[in-house]
Amino acid sequence: MAHPKLSLWQYAVLGLVSISAPLGDSCLSRGMTGLPGITLAHPGTLVAAVFTPWIAVGIALLIGFFASYLTALSWADLTFVLPATASGNVIVALFAHFWLHEAISLQRWAGIVLITVGVGFVANGPSLTEHPALAATREEEQAQ
Amino acid sequence: MNLPYSAPSSGFWAATAMIAAIVLASTAGEVLTAAAMKSIGDLDEIRAHSGMKGAIRAVVTCPLFFAGVGFLALAFFSLLFALNHLNLSLVAPASASLTLVTNAIAGKLFLKENVDRRRWTAAVLVCIGVYFLAH
Repeated sequence: MAHPKLSLWQYAVLGLVSISAPLGDSCLSRGMTGLPGITLAHPGTLVAAVFTPWIAVGIALLIGFFASYLTALSWADLTFVLPATASGNVIVALFAHFWLHEAISLQRWAGIVLITVGVGFVANGPSLTEHPALAATREEEQAQ
Repeated sequence: MNLPYSAPSSGFWAATAMIAAIVLASTAGEVLTAAAMKSIGDLDEIRAHSGMKGAIRAVVTCPLFFAGVGFLALAFFSLLFALNHLNLSLVAPASASLTLVTNAIAGKLFLKENVDRRRWTAAVLVCIGVYFLAH
């Protein structure tokens, strides 16, 4: 499907879609690993965690992701926006490795690449199911 | 590297249970909110007839919507719990991609969406990818 030329602002929104979710998840991870081990016996600790700085920043970034994702969907197809979210898997691995200093094996990198290819594969397909009843109504409307 | 915020290691089954909790809660949340929005109808039409207040009232008086939001909140706290015990490079890709697969299954079963061969192929690729992530 051909897409009209995007403006600089629209490229910035797509960039936000790609970067804000992995950055938000990384902040959540940074905040949660800084806390002592939480057990299911004290679920209230999870609610208290929401008010710690790293988790609050992570939540703000995830809200930013949702807003930019919805904005992108208002002028682009889902099949165009979805690959931007798929690239988040690779970006999150880069943050995990270089910022949180997680050891990522070659096998885990292979897994991340396979998942990204899988999501990209879905993105190339049709994004909406044509229900027969809905299609019939649409045809009737077009005939009128 | 032994950093003060390095994640403690958890057993395979504990990790599986934590990721499964995120995936199941977010799938239930997304299916319920999708079903709620379909039962409410076209929000643009409601807004045209009853204004913005009417559109908000239509959403906040739908019990299915709150059930969905409740499950999404549960998914978020499950994610926080998992991140307290597991590495980000495992939790984020595994939960996001497996949710994609379970959403495809739930979409076919409950929302009667078409899941073609391409989507099933993607689901298989994602499952193999998650297997590599976890081992």
